[in-house]
Amino acid sequence: VPGAIQSIERAAAVLRLLGNADRALGLHELASALDLPRPTAHGIVRTLYAVGLVDQDPETARYLLGDGLLRLHRGLDGHDLRAAAMNWADSLAGSTGLAVVLGVSDHGGVRLVHHVFRPDGSAQQVRTGQTLPLHATAVGKCLLAFAPTATPPVRELDLARWTGRTCTEVAALDEHLAVARQRGWASSMGEYTSGVGGAAAPVRSGGGLVVGAIGVVGPVEELFGRGERLRSPLAAELLATADAVGHGVSA
Amino acid sequence: MTERVIAAIDQGTGSTRCLLFNHAGRMLGVGQREHRQMHSQPGYAEHDAAEIWRNVRWVVPEALRAAGLTADDIVAVGIANQRETTVVWDRHTGRPLARAITWQDTRTAGEVADLAHAAAEITAVSGLPMASYFAAPRLRWLLDHVPGLRAAATAGDALFGTMESWLIWNLTGKHVTDVTNASRTMLMDLATLCWSDKLLEIFDIPRQMLPEIRGNAEVYGTCTAVLPGVPVAGALGDQQAALVGQACFAPGETKCTYGTGAFLLTNTGSVRPSSTHGLIPTVGYRFGDATVYALEGAIAVTGSLVQWLRDSLGMIPTAAQIETLASTVPDNGGCYIVPAFSGLYSPHWHPDARGVLVGLTSFIGRGHVARAVLEATGWQTREVVEAMNADSGVPVRRLKVDGGMTANNLLMQFVADVLDVTVERPLGSEAVSLGAAYAAGLAVGYWPDLEVLRANWHRAAVWEPAMEPAIRDRERENWGRAVDRSYGWARPD
Repeated sequence: VPGAIQSIERAAAVLRLLGNADRALGLHELASALDLPRPTAHGIVRTLYAVGLVDQDPETARYLLGDGLLRLHRGLDGHDLRAAAMNWADSLAGSTGLAVVLGVSDHGGVRLVHHVFRPDGSAQQVRTGQTLPLHATAVGKCLLAFAPTATPPVRELDLARWTGRTCTEVAALDEHLAVARQRGWASSMGEYTSGVGGAAAPVRSGGGLVVGAIGVVGPVEELFGRGERLRSPLAAELLATADAVGHGVSA
Repeated sequence: MTERVIAAIDQGTGSTRCLLFNHAGRMLGVGQREHRQMHSQPGYAEHDAAEIWRNVRWVVPEALRAAGLTADDIVAVGIANQRETTVVWDRHTGRPLARAITWQDTRTAGEVADLAHAAAEITAVSGLPMASYFAAPRLRWLLDHVPGLRAAATAGDALFGTMESWLIWNLTGKHVTDVTNASRTMLMDLATLCWSDKLLEIFDIPRQMLPEIRGNAEVYGTCTAVLPGVPVAGALGDQQAALVGQACFAPGETKCTYGTGAFLLTNTGSVRPSSTHGLIPTVGYRFGDATVYALEGAIAVTGSLVQWLRDSLGMIPTAAQIETLASTVPDNGGCYIVPAFSGLYSPHWHPDARGVLVGLTSFIGRGHVARAVLEATGWQTREVVEAMNADSGVPVRRLKVDGGMTANNLLMQFVADVLDVTVERPLGSEAVSLGAAYAAGLAVGYWPDLEVLRANWHRAAVWEPAMEPAIRDRERENWGRAVDRSYGWARPD
C-alpha cells in the first residue's frame, strides 16, 4: 500500500480548518494554524480555489469554503457548460462547416445542452434539450467510452435499432468504444439517422474529469472519406475544441 | 503564407479587448484585460483613461500571440467603444485631466435639471432625450469642477473626446471622433452631422476642445504606437458596431445586443428619423458619403439583473444557472420584476422609477423569481419593439441577437414568444468587435463591399414564437401594470 500523499492530507486539513472557522481566514492564519510555510499554504489554497472547493472574499482576500463542496453530488450544471463552450462551438462550426452539439449524460441517454447550426443557411431547428440514445450517436458513444461511471454499463443499455447501421450487439458496441478510447474520439456513421454521421471528443475539466462530449454532425460523406477515415483535419480541430472548452470549465 | 487580418479593439465598460478577424469574419485570437471600476461616491462611475490606454498596449500583442501572428499580419485597426464616456486630457502631456466619467454615472442629474428650459431645443437638434445618459452634461460638469480646465480648454490646451477619440489620439496623434460617437454627445446636429453652435452655447463648451467628426470607415491616421505603421481605419460606438457586425444593412433590419444592459437598433435608412415614442434617433454608420440612420432603444438593466441575483442575493452561483433555476417552474407564478434600478430608459425615460417586485404570494419560490428576472429582459425588449413599430410604421419582423445573454435558450425563446417574431443568433457572438473590424476593413479595401460582409453572416440558432396569443396579451398587460408601479418612487433629496 503506498503511503498517504502529503499534499492531499494538507488540502483536507485546509478544508476542515475553513469548515470549522466562524469567519473567512487569511493566508497567514491558514499557514500558522497548520504550521505550514506560507508558500506551501498558498499553493494549496489557490489550487482549492481554482477547482472551486474554496472561495475568496474579493474585498478582504480571505478564504472560505466554496460552493463546489456543496455541489459535489450534482456534477457540472449544463448551462455553465454551455456558457463555457459557446465561443468555441461557434468557432468549430465556422471552421468545419458542420453543426456542433454538446451533450451530457442524463438518465441513460445523452442530453444536448447546446447546438450550433450548420452554417449553410439551410432550415434547421434548435435541438438543445433533446435526449438521444447513447449507443447510436457520436456524443453518446463518446460518453460511454470516456465517462463510463457517469453512464449505465453497456450491457444494461437498450440497444434499440434506429437504422440498418445501429450497433445492437454488446460485443460490437464494445469494439467501437475500444477504438474510440484508443484514438481519443468517438464516431457514428448513420447509426441514429440514415446518412447522418458524427464525431465527438470528451470535454475534460481540470483534473481530467469528463464533464461532457462535444461533437460535429453532418452528412456521412462529408465527415468521412475513403476507408471511413475522418476527414483531415477534423479530428485535430475537434480535440483542440474539446480541450479549449475544458479549460474554460471550473468543475 | 498566412492570411492577413484586421484587428478590432473593443473598449468596453468592463474590459478592453483586442480581437483578430480574417476575411471570413472568423475570430482568430483575442486578448483581454479588465480595468478598475471606480465608485468614489454614490452615483459616480469612473474609469482611469490612462489605465485603459495601458490595457490597449497589453491586449493587442496578447491577441497576436494567441493567434500566432505578428504586427506585420495586421492590415488595419478598427475601434468599437463604450459610448458617452467622457475623457478630458492635456494636449501637450497626453495625461488625462480627470477620471473618465462613464455612461453609467448619474452625477449630472443637476446639470440636466438646470437645462430643462432648453430640453426641447436640445432634442430637436441632437435628437436625444434630455437625460444624464449622454456626454455633454458630463463635459459641462468637468468644465465646472476641474480646476483650470475651462481656461485650458479655451486656450486650446485641453482636449475632449469619448473613448475612441482618446484611443485614436494615443495611437496616431490625431484628434478625431466618428459620427456615431459624436451623435451621442448631445453636441452634434443630427441632420448636418456637425457640431452645433447652438448646443455648444447651451452647454457652454469651448469649441476648441472638440475633436473633428469623421465617418466610420476611413483612415484617421497611422499608428505610431502599439502597431507602428498600421492605419486606424474604423471607429464606431459599440452598439452601432454591433449593427454593422450583424450585417443590418437594409432599412428595417434590427439587432439587439444583450449584455449588462440591452440595446436594440433598427436600420432606418438614409433619412434622419425622429421618435415620438421614447426611442433615440442616432447615426447607424457613415461609410463614404452614405449616412445610414438608426433608431435605438436603450434598456439599462438586463444582464446586470442576473448578476444582481447572483452577487447581491446569492440565489445562483453563476449567471448561467439562472436558466437552471428558472427551468424548475413552468411559469412566473404571477410574479414580475421591473428592474428600474437607476430609473427606466427607453421607451419610458422615467428617472424617478425604481425597481419593484410585484405579485408576491406564498406560492412564489426561487424558480418564479428567476423566471421573472429573465422575463423582465423579454418584456423590456417588447416595449422597445412596440415603440419601434409605432415610430417607423414598419413592424420588426426578425430580430438578430448577440451578446452574453444569448447563451440563455430559455430567454431567447421567451423573447421570440413575447415579440411574436423570429429571433436569430449568428455564428460568433462578437458582433461589436466584428463591426469595428468590418468598418476598418472596408476603409482599406480588405473587404470590397457590404454584400461580402452580409455573406459572412451565418445563422447559429433560431427561435420561433410559440406562445398562445391570449397568454401573450395577458402577460403583456400584467407587465404594464408592474411598470406602472415602479414610477415615481425615487424622491429628490
